[in-house]
Amino acid sequence: MISLVWLIPAFPLAAFLINGLFGRRWLGHWTGVIASVAVGLSALLSIGVFLEVLGGKQQTVVGLYRWIGVGDFSVNVAALIDPLSAVMLLVVTVVSFLIFVYSNGYMAEDRGLWRFFTWMSLFVFAMLILVMADNYLLMFVGWEGVGLCSYLLIGFWFERPEPYLAAKKAFVMNRIGDWGYTIGIITIFLVFNSMNFLDIFNRLATSSMAQGVLTIICVALFFGATGKSAQLPLYSWLPDAMEGPTPVSALIHAATMVTSGVYLVARSMPLFVAAGPSLEVVGVVGAVTAIFAATIALVQFDIKRVMAYSTVSQLGYMFLALGVGAPAAAIFHLATHAFFKALLFLGSGSVIHGLSGEQDMRKMGGLRRRMPVTFWTMLIAGGALAALPPLAGFWSKDEIVAAAFVNGHFVLYAIGIITAALTAFYITRALWMTFYGEPSDHHLYDHAHESPTVMTLPLVLLGVGTAVLGIAIGFPPEQGFIHRFLDPVVEAAGVAEHAPELATILLLAVVSVAAGVVGIGIGVLMYVRHRPDPAAVARAAGPLYRLFVNKYYIDELYDHRIVEAARAIAGASWAFDIHIIDGLANRLGWALAMGGQGLRRVQTGVVGNYALTIMAGLLLMLVAYGGYAAGIFGR
Amino acid sequence: MTVPLSFYVAVSAGLFFIGCAGVLTRRNAVVILMCVELMLNAANLALVAFSRRFGAVDERGSVFVIFVFVIAAAEVAVGLAIVLSAYRNRPVIDVDEIHQMKG
Repeated sequence: MISLVWLIPAFPLAAFLINGLFGRRWLGHWTGVIASVAVGLSALLSIGVFLEVLGGKQQTVVGLYRWIGVGDFSVNVAALIDPLSAVMLLVVTVVSFLIFVYSNGYMAEDRGLWRFFTWMSLFVFAMLILVMADNYLLMFVGWEGVGLCSYLLIGFWFERPEPYLAAKKAFVMNRIGDWGYTIGIITIFLVFNSMNFLDIFNRLATSSMAQGVLTIICVALFFGATGKSAQLPLYSWLPDAMEGPTPVSALIHAATMVTSGVYLVARSMPLFVAAGPSLEVVGVVGAVTAIFAATIALVQFDIKRVMAYSTVSQLGYMFLALGVGAPAAAIFHLATHAFFKALLFLGSGSVIHGLSGEQDMRKMGGLRRRMPVTFWTMLIAGGALAALPPLAGFWSKDEIVAAAFVNGHFVLYAIGIITAALTAFYITRALWMTFYGEPSDHHLYDHAHESPTVMTLPLVLLGVGTAVLGIAIGFPPEQGFIHRFLDPVVEAAGVAEHAPELATILLLAVVSVAAGVVGIGIGVLMYVRHRPDPAAVARAAGPLYRLFVNKYYIDELYDHRIVEAARAIAGASWAFDIHIIDGLANRLGWALAMGGQGLRRVQTGVVGNYALTIMAGLLLMLVAYGGYAAGIFGR
Repeated sequence: MTVPLSFYVAVSAGLFFIGCAGVLTRRNAVVILMCVELMLNAANLALVAFSRRFGAVDERGSVFVIFVFVIAAAEVAVGLAIVLSAYRNRPVIDVDEIHQMKG
């Protein structure tokens, strides 16, 4: 089955080509079916590959062809199939499949349906290339591919200004991150003369490398990861990306693409471990982003924005895990998060669909009676996000904070616990405002309806995944299936995993559950009992509340400090180009034209003149020859 | 008794300058072509004379004359064709009248 691994990206690619070439005119709603079937086949193959890796094929390289060969440097189009990429393949294809099925219902009435499924298929193809690549360069191809599809799909409704502005913002910020990635792989090439993961890690293990240059590589790569995975300082494109269709938000901006930064760092773990201080950077950035985004999520009223900031925050958790040396926990959280956050997004989409496009939670309320399936599945996902046992999020998030504690990062641990409480609070608030209480807009409420089966079925399946995934692969803590499975990768990275004692684990679990319960409790008190009333709290917290609502003024800061400066530079460059470069070229052309005008007079058209000129030239040559022969020009 | 080389050269130079003067002064295109022919033959005469004089060293001069014949034939062919098409365009063969090609 592993030898067929290249079929996994081939199916979405074929769907992309078929839908892109024939979708507009002939296929209509069949584009969705074609894309879903293709991704479904990929998912089946991924399961097969996963089982085979599970069966003992720890590391297989499946080459396709040689891409670049210069001297002793070569880059192949080849897949590296090990536990890490097998997990990623499985998560990406399975979640994609469910979201594709859902999209058939959600996008059914959109004129651009064929365009939607074309780009979605291309996205899945690029994402699979990203996770399968056996070298940094091929990974970069996938990396750029998913960035492109993200841009195209955020700007899917480009008739309105917000989506295309958001798409532009996402693309530019991703490009800034890509600059870091590029610096990283160029440095890798200079140091290792190879792009291949296994080569690089072998060299790393067998010979000693200068710390400084490794740190440069890691920080540069991590900067690339902050762009793609929406971490500080490049996070601000992700909330705006919610302008895209909701399935896009679920697939690209929650479950898969934004986790590629996490995957990049996990894949490069040996480099990060060897480079000493860079892991600290990863951990601190992750923790700060987690709490930062969680505080913003507290005060959002747009249901998708809450989920967006929540995604930024959860990605922060994953980087926190990587930073404290627990890559297995990070990947575990990546997998569970892909399920429960995709479910939250699809649930939000179902709500928005049922309310004919309304996203403001203040206009919702009481919807649990109207859309029971959406309600129950979102409740499960919310519980998972709030890390309530035994749901998926509990096991993975608990491992992350436990790893922070056990490895001695107490500040990061504290941030993780506080963020857990904030998370529980904001998801309680969001679910309450949406599903409980009295309907605040009766017109909307009366027209609200449950979504069709094609949408609710993926919700249920994701809900089942969210409910059982954590306990299935994460129990017992620290020794669960996912740990044993990822063990070879973790060991190869050289991460020292401290296995904590059972008592410690239990104590830490109690603390983090307590944090979640406190968050939920405060949420229930404020929004159910109105004691204290949320509006009163907002007034009392005055400046802090305004800070959160205005997202720490980060967008404004970027606008004033960076965007304006960039505009000024661009204006100056434009002026230089017009006046100096173009001016020079134009003057040169003008001078030549004038010279030509002058010389034109020589061509009289009178044969006699030409003959005279020829004779004069001949005479001149004769005289010159004579003079030369006589030696008057010297010898 | 042999004619000294300088005689041949003098005749050749004379022919050449007569031809040259004709090209510069006459206005009839056909006459100009004839004068060019005269100049070519002046050159031929010089070539043959020098070849004869230095024949022991090099006989290639007289071979070159053959090439000049060919050139001359080609020149006449092209030149007359030009004159003919110019004449068809405008029924004059006075070269001073034909100056539409000026730049």
